[in-house]
Amino acid sequence: MRIQAIVKRIIHQFLRDKRSIALMMVAPLLVMTLLWLVLDMDQYEPTIAITDVPVQMQSALEQQDATILEANEHKAETVLQNENADAHLSFEKNQAQLTMEGSNPSATSAVQRVISNAVKQINPNAPELEINFLHGTSDLNLFDQTGSVLIGFFVFFFVFIIGGVSFLRERTQGTLERLLATPLKRWEIVIGYLLGFGIFIIIQSIIVTAFSIYVLGIYMAGSFIAVLFIAFLLAITALSLGTLLSAYAKNEFQMMQFIPIIIIPQVFFSGIFPTESVEWINAIGKIMPLTYGADALKEIMIKGQELAAVTGDISVLVGFSTVFIILNIFALKRHRTV
Amino acid sequence: MSAFIEMNNIAHSYNKESVLKDIDLSIPEGQLFGLLGPSGSGKTTLVKIMIGLLTPINGTIHIENQQMPSFKQMQKIGYMAQSDALYSELTARENLHFFASIYKIPKKQQKERVAEAAKIVDLQDHLDKTLEKYSGGMKRRMSLAVSLLHQPNLLILDEPTVGIDPVLRASIWEELRNMQKQGTTIIITTHVMDEAEKCDNLALLRNGYVIAQGSPQQLKSKSNTETLEEAFLQFGGAAHAHSSNR
Repeated sequence: MRIQAIVKRIIHQFLRDKRSIALMMVAPLLVMTLLWLVLDMDQYEPTIAITDVPVQMQSALEQQDATILEANEHKAETVLQNENADAHLSFEKNQAQLTMEGSNPSATSAVQRVISNAVKQINPNAPELEINFLHGTSDLNLFDQTGSVLIGFFVFFFVFIIGGVSFLRERTQGTLERLLATPLKRWEIVIGYLLGFGIFIIIQSIIVTAFSIYVLGIYMAGSFIAVLFIAFLLAITALSLGTLLSAYAKNEFQMMQFIPIIIIPQVFFSGIFPTESVEWINAIGKIMPLTYGADALKEIMIKGQELAAVTGDISVLVGFSTVFIILNIFALKRHRTV
Repeated sequence: MSAFIEMNNIAHSYNKESVLKDIDLSIPEGQLFGLLGPSGSGKTTLVKIMIGLLTPINGTIHIENQQMPSFKQMQKIGYMAQSDALYSELTARENLHFFASIYKIPKKQQKERVAEAAKIVDLQDHLDKTLEKYSGGMKRRMSLAVSLLHQPNLLILDEPTVGIDPVLRASIWEELRNMQKQGTTIIITTHVMDEAEKCDNLALLRNGYVIAQGSPQQLKSKSNTETLEEAFLQFGGAAHAHSSNR
């Protein structure tokens, strides 16, 4: 009955706070959309300046969707300087020379792709390579690759902030002490918080996941329910960590200071950037909850695995949450000794 | 038969800074007992020990022969904190129902109890406003209403009348007297002398020591003074001399 009362109260409070609802439900969608706009672009089509290039080669380049700019040596140099072209291809005594503009890695690799394709095209004797994909497709772009991790990250981030600040306010406005002056048990408060916010967490997970998959069209090979389950587990971990850490913040500003310390590093070590090659960096990721959530999300969304295939990740997340919850129940001893 | 509240040798400190030293107090059932002392004298710490939030480093406290902290006793204590510990996003009614549920008052009785408590503090017409719209004094009264909800047999009020206007203060005191007549034991902390005057018995607190205790009349005659304020200064000075002699 007491836990039920806390759950009911959290729902009442949260429903009155329209801005926090917006932060939790709408802000992740906005950021996901922005990322989609930036990352989900079509292949870059390079502009190449050419000097004395054979006609056959020029038409092959044009067929590869490169924009061709005919120029003499001197003009080509200026064009590269002004970044009006990404590379300069010249032929002198049958010797081809390529100069890259070079400041933009994606433009550089696009030029390389276009030229090697063009060379292949004019040399029909080159062996044909047939490429098949075990996971994903050749269309899998940066948004598909990182989006699965980002769904986990945004759920984690916003739940951490909202849960942490709510619990902090309970303490600073004195209601935590007032509650502990009643026969309420410490674990009842912690569980009440988890259940009360759990309802909003489920709604948030559904909205963020559905939006990413059905509106933004992120690559999805697995089941929706499986993704939702992992997102929810991550959110519970974030909530239990946020409420625990709020005990060590004096005010909302100090709560925000946990973002660069606790939240941001998780982005770098959780699999958005490849870290497999350096063992000790990989080891840092191992202590971060987001690593396991992100791994499970990738397995499900990109490789199309079932939940059964990620039980390792699931049990680690459950373990993290359990530890944070128990620590939080102990941390409340600072406010009441029994 | 020992007293309703029995404190023996209570001492407490925060981070080695001693806040309470050697407190022995016994408070009989049904009394309106005052803890009088300047701010920083340890009143609130003593209150937190009485309601079971703090376990003292030294000494014991028994309420109805049960050692505190005890969940069974906490259910029977009404507590009004120094700050208004209320949820400002919620309406007064929602706040009251929430605390009523925390005290496990059955659903059927809750409506009645909420109405009763609101009537005592004269807020029955403002129950559906959110507390953000309440004035400081209204919030104080609301805090008092919360502490009365579960009909406690011990009421502990930490500076209850700060920021309340004289008319309402008089009516709250009248209500406290009524509750006392029905058998409620009331402990009140204050640093206002004319309020201390209204208590049956007083303990004067200074620097963590109880420097004197007794009824206002006894305290005045013991120190040969006309007013409680003079009596406090007299005892305070004496205690001061006493402690520096050690």
